[in-house]
Amino acid sequence: MSLPTVDWVPLLPLLAVTATAVVVLVADLFLEGSDRDALAWLSVLGLALTAIVAAVLWGHHPAKTLGGSFILDKYALFFDLLFCFASILAVLMAVDFLTTTSVRGGEYYSLVLFATSGMMTMAGATDLIVIFLGLEVMSIAVYVLAGVWRQDIRSNEAALKYFLLGAFATGFLLFGIALVYGATASTRLDAIAAHLSRRGGEGQEMLMLGIGLLIVGFGFKVAAVPFHVWTPDVYEGAPTSVTALMAVGVKAAAFSAFARVFLETFAATRTDWNSVLWWLAVATMTVGNLLAITQSNIKRMLAYSSIAHAGYLLVAMVAGGRQGGPALLFYLLAYAAMNLGAFAVVIALGRTGEANEEIERYAGIGFRRPLLAMAMAAFMLSLAGVPPLVGFAGKFYVFRAAVESGYVGLAVIGVLNSVVSAYYYIWVIVMMYMCEGDLEPSSLAQRPYLATTIGISLAATVLLGIFPGLGFALARDGFLSLG
Amino acid sequence: MSEIVLTALIFTPTLGAIFLGFLPSDERVIQRAALVFSIVPLLISLGVLATFDPSRGDFQMVERHQWLPDFGVQYLLGVDGVSLFLVLLTTLLTALVVLAAFGDIHRRVKEYMILMLVLETGMLGTLLALDLILFYVFWEVMLVPMYLLIGVWGGPRRVYAAIKFALYTMFGSLLMLVAILYLSVLHREATGAMTFDLLKLYELPIARHTQLWLFAAFALAFAIKVPMFPLHTWLPDAHVEAPTGGSVILAGVLLKMGTYGFLRFAWPLFPAAAVAATPYIMALAVVGILYGALVAMVQPDLKKLVAYSSVSHLGFVMLGLAAMNVEGVSGAVYQMLNHGLSTGALFLAVGAIYERRHTRQIADFGGLWKIVPIYSVFFLITMLSSVGLPGLNGFVGEFLCLLGAFGRAPGFAAWAVLGVILGAVYLTWMYQRVIFGPVTHEENRGLEDLSIREIVVFAPILALVFFMGIYPKPLLSRMEPSIRAIVAHVEKGAKASGAAAAADGGSITEARVTVPAPARKSL
Repeated sequence: MSLPTVDWVPLLPLLAVTATAVVVLVADLFLEGSDRDALAWLSVLGLALTAIVAAVLWGHHPAKTLGGSFILDKYALFFDLLFCFASILAVLMAVDFLTTTSVRGGEYYSLVLFATSGMMTMAGATDLIVIFLGLEVMSIAVYVLAGVWRQDIRSNEAALKYFLLGAFATGFLLFGIALVYGATASTRLDAIAAHLSRRGGEGQEMLMLGIGLLIVGFGFKVAAVPFHVWTPDVYEGAPTSVTALMAVGVKAAAFSAFARVFLETFAATRTDWNSVLWWLAVATMTVGNLLAITQSNIKRMLAYSSIAHAGYLLVAMVAGGRQGGPALLFYLLAYAAMNLGAFAVVIALGRTGEANEEIERYAGIGFRRPLLAMAMAAFMLSLAGVPPLVGFAGKFYVFRAAVESGYVGLAVIGVLNSVVSAYYYIWVIVMMYMCEGDLEPSSLAQRPYLATTIGISLAATVLLGIFPGLGFALARDGFLSLG
Repeated sequence: MSEIVLTALIFTPTLGAIFLGFLPSDERVIQRAALVFSIVPLLISLGVLATFDPSRGDFQMVERHQWLPDFGVQYLLGVDGVSLFLVLLTTLLTALVVLAAFGDIHRRVKEYMILMLVLETGMLGTLLALDLILFYVFWEVMLVPMYLLIGVWGGPRRVYAAIKFALYTMFGSLLMLVAILYLSVLHREATGAMTFDLLKLYELPIARHTQLWLFAAFALAFAIKVPMFPLHTWLPDAHVEAPTGGSVILAGVLLKMGTYGFLRFAWPLFPAAAVAATPYIMALAVVGILYGALVAMVQPDLKKLVAYSSVSHLGFVMLGLAAMNVEGVSGAVYQMLNHGLSTGALFLAVGAIYERRHTRQIADFGGLWKIVPIYSVFFLITMLSSVGLPGLNGFVGEFLCLLGAFGRAPGFAAWAVLGVILGAVYLTWMYQRVIFGPVTHEENRGLEDLSIREIVVFAPILALVFFMGIYPKPLLSRMEPSIRAIVAHVEKGAKASGAAAAADGGSITEARVTVPAPARKSL
């Protein structure tokens, strides 16, 4: 048995981020006290470098490596850029947060970077086993991150819950992979696709069962109803910056593999599973939005909101093809910008010893911290899909794709859900501007990292909302590179 | 210069809002800066009026840029005889509201002015956008500032009113968004090109069945905004809780966005469906006229009374629009302007008295004539304009609306006339209780009459009330070519659709024939 020759170029972004993780891990041993901020800088630098490498490789011809089990096409590069963006913000927003919650920084930063490398592996994987590898690298790092706040009992609970349920879901995924392998005699995506286009999915119960189990596995990671029950507890218990990474990075990574496998590889059997996704989308949107209304904790509210947004993303999956695919990618980008911003504001309103996560605590900050509140209002309105913010652009693309592909009913359900969601997003604005309260968050001027995070998210939310063309062009090129 | 005049008009207030954000929070500085930035758009819109070619019925000063070329979304603006005067109404009322806010807004002045200016951008954009997505964006942009104006500066139940307003409006508009998307997909299937260009979509032939669904989605969004009975329940809450400026803009301009939407989008895009729906719309309009008037009659609260009078007055506008003949539509557009001026002024009048006495209950007043004579005279003229007294603006609009409605459905028009009488009853009775009679409350004796600033706020409105009542020709003649074009387009579209249906089996043409039938029965 001979090992395949390795083309290193397609692995460059992955290597860059992994190397950074190792460097941060080692540097952590030699840094003490306030110097530890340098670790954050190191991480941001490494991620920025990775993003630059990915941007340079954008024009590069898509190349397979590792015996055809990994590819660097524009699809993978789009996600690499997205992950870098999310992780940079997750690092930046954590600097202050870690000091207020006395968590050592070193592990945090390197785990974020390792998680990012797992995400990148998922986005570029063209083999079900490699997807599984990436998923595990990412998940294990995130399990630990959820519990990184060791003294906090909620954080412990979150880590344990996420780990147990995550392991359970991974079992489903693995079993699904095994059944698909049994039906098609390969784990390689192109080989599976070739097999399916020759034989179709008819009469293959084993294949259908495998696809069903894969939907369960991915559904868990993207927090689709009915596989969502872990989400609110884990999101609430995990440190806020980790929650942000989970809501944005993990979800995007799961969707990157989900969409590559289903929209490309399983495209020939689309009619067999699309109605399942249709119901999944409807249930996810509706349950997420309805339960979000009753939440009084902002992180739980954002957890249910992230479930609801997974529903909108599933709408794009159902639409599929040249319509839905680019819309899916753009929506992930939009969701990253506005959601990371919202979590950063949640951190900004907390202080040492008091997290201030009850929405009622936000009363009256609208006029005491006008800029912070304005940013939060913008993120909330964008999540609700109000133009001219990026959330509207995302919904425009998604629902347009649904209508164009003939799923008008799904689009109607989607917009009705948006109305429901407007209620709880607007409730945050009601609290901030229309009620009186006594919360005095510490000034952002003393917390430059957090201010930068919020500023970047706000700029992305507004600019991509008014000029979505550039972001969409990237999303379209990315998706169409799937071939 | 003329090729970017509409962009300049729309975004000057936004620039002003950004500029205000950097100013120190000194009340007087903010007020003056806001006034300047609300007067500049007024001047620009007067410039548009001066350069507007009154002989043309199509869109003028058109600006066209690609926005999302992949999807045919454009930045497309244009003005015609219908939107021209609504734009003027918007810029005028915004400037007056900013001036009026000098008196009653002393808390968070900067934020108030910023929101008012952003709101102006949204309103102007909605009126001038000719691309459906651009229209939708501006339509939603109007929502947020108004929601905050009600919720932050409003009365005791402001949060409830603000949320109700926001959710009602979003519910309608999001369904419209799906209809807009569907429309562009239809256009692509028919021609191969993706577009949201209103003028191209006007020419798109749509099957009658599809038209009905799309019309329903658009009509729902607009009917909530108008508001038509029975979708009006958000309006009294929003008006009662909103600060004076918010009420003036809400009644003066925002409600017109609903009727404008019907005229610009729902009718011309889906003529066959619109014609089929005409009897129902007329019936709801008449119910709104009578219901609004009857409910207004028994209101003890001045603001609520004016709010319900809006439901009634907007019923006349819808009746004129639904008639879809030149008289009716001209009357409807004229009545939109009238309602903007007279109801705006009524809210200002109520606001002025509320500022002094901190009550709006009719029972708390009486005998003000001797105490505040200037106020009483201004209030009288405003009230009579709202009643529709001949010689004042309201008469012209209502008369034309009814004339148009008689041409289409005499039965409905006859019932609507009853609404005119009821309008006179509740408004004059309200005026009598507030202004005439003996002074019943001692604290009213010390009331101050209108200040110079307040007179400046009222003066332009009252001048226009007389001018538009005595000499409507300059306005009507500028509207007429555009209105003729819309009416002709709707008739042609309805006929074409009817003919196509006749070729298919002939049953659909009955819809056109039956339009006046229920009306005849009710006579």
